[in-house]
Amino acid sequence: MLEVFTWLADWLIYGLGGLDPESKLGTSLHFFVEDTTKIFALLVVMIYLIALARASLDLERVRHYIQQRHRLAGYGLGAGFGAITPFCSCSSIPLFLGFTSAGIPLGITMAFLFTSPIINEVAVIMLWSLLGWEFTLVYIAIGMVVGIGGGMILDLLKGERWLKDFAAKAYQQATEAPQDDEPTPEAPRLTLKDRHLFARDELKEIVGRIWKWVIIGVGLGAALHGFVPDGWFADNLGSGQWWNVPGAVLAGLPLYSNATAVIPVMESLILKGLPVGTTLAFCMSTVAASFPEFIMLKQVMQWRLLATIFVILLANFMIVGWLINLLSPWLFSEILT
Amino acid sequence: MKKIEVLGTGCKKCVNTAEQIQAVAGELGIDVEVEKVTDPAAIMGYKVMSTPGVAIDGTLVHSGSVPDRGKIETLLKA
Repeated sequence: MLEVFTWLADWLIYGLGGLDPESKLGTSLHFFVEDTTKIFALLVVMIYLIALARASLDLERVRHYIQQRHRLAGYGLGAGFGAITPFCSCSSIPLFLGFTSAGIPLGITMAFLFTSPIINEVAVIMLWSLLGWEFTLVYIAIGMVVGIGGGMILDLLKGERWLKDFAAKAYQQATEAPQDDEPTPEAPRLTLKDRHLFARDELKEIVGRIWKWVIIGVGLGAALHGFVPDGWFADNLGSGQWWNVPGAVLAGLPLYSNATAVIPVMESLILKGLPVGTTLAFCMSTVAASFPEFIMLKQVMQWRLLATIFVILLANFMIVGWLINLLSPWLFSEILT
Repeated sequence: MKKIEVLGTGCKKCVNTAEQIQAVAGELGIDVEVEKVTDPAAIMGYKVMSTPGVAIDGTLVHSGSVPDRGKIETLLKA
């Protein structure tokens, strides 16, 4: 079904445009047209459908649900809801405090916040259309592992010691006087029309926010695709030495971006022979460890906690990168050949 | 006079919300004082998890989105 977009790009660039399929400009433009049209078409359809389905999911209910479960299950749920709950990063602080003041452990709240930027419907749709479902599943698994693992380590270190005073107090009060008897917040009763209105607004909001990132990302990916020779990474950066992964994580740090812009770049990097684990480490570091986000969390955390979280995240990215590089001959036989 | 607080950590939506409320109040001729609340502890006090939130005279009346015109009118007239 998705070949339509290849044909469209063939027709537009090689047919109408008369560009040579062998030329650098031709390949770049073809890549750009094929990917942007494909991504936008899929995004519009899928965001709408997903929004229809999750119109009744709100943070109060998510919080209540997590609160009711055993702590160990909490990490998985935290990361899982982080992936599926619609959530704008400007709500990080209120969400953090809302969870904390309900007595949800710091690690579970952070599992939510770690996973949230890495996995979301836009990222999944783009990965699926560009790199296939196997890769998408691995990506989702990694995002969950980074979130769950990060949260657990944080609790093992008793990170809540280093919350700002008012947040620590709120957490303590909640754990001393658990509000178990609080009724489950009722699911809002939504008609199909309500859901449609919600989905329409979500679609407008999300596409309005990300369209330029899609274009920037695909543009960069296209440039890499056309102008960097095949195998360049393997020839120049080495292929799979141990230091590649930490190098990629560090390189990704100053680049503050979201998953939308990074995924098309990832596609090109992988096609050009950068090992998958290294690419993923780079991507996670760009998306999930962003300075603006950290500065925001400073409002509720002491520096010590921020630094700890930062180190945990970076270590997680590296471990994931190494692990995937090690396993990739078995995982991605299809894309790599 | 109604005291209106817009709760949010300073994103664009919160600014929009404050402006919209100010504008609608002006048109309806309702006397309001709009204040942007960015202090996390204060926002926590209202138990808001998704911003922007709106509180009128100390009671939370809306959260999670920029309220549309109709909603603002209802809130201001209430």
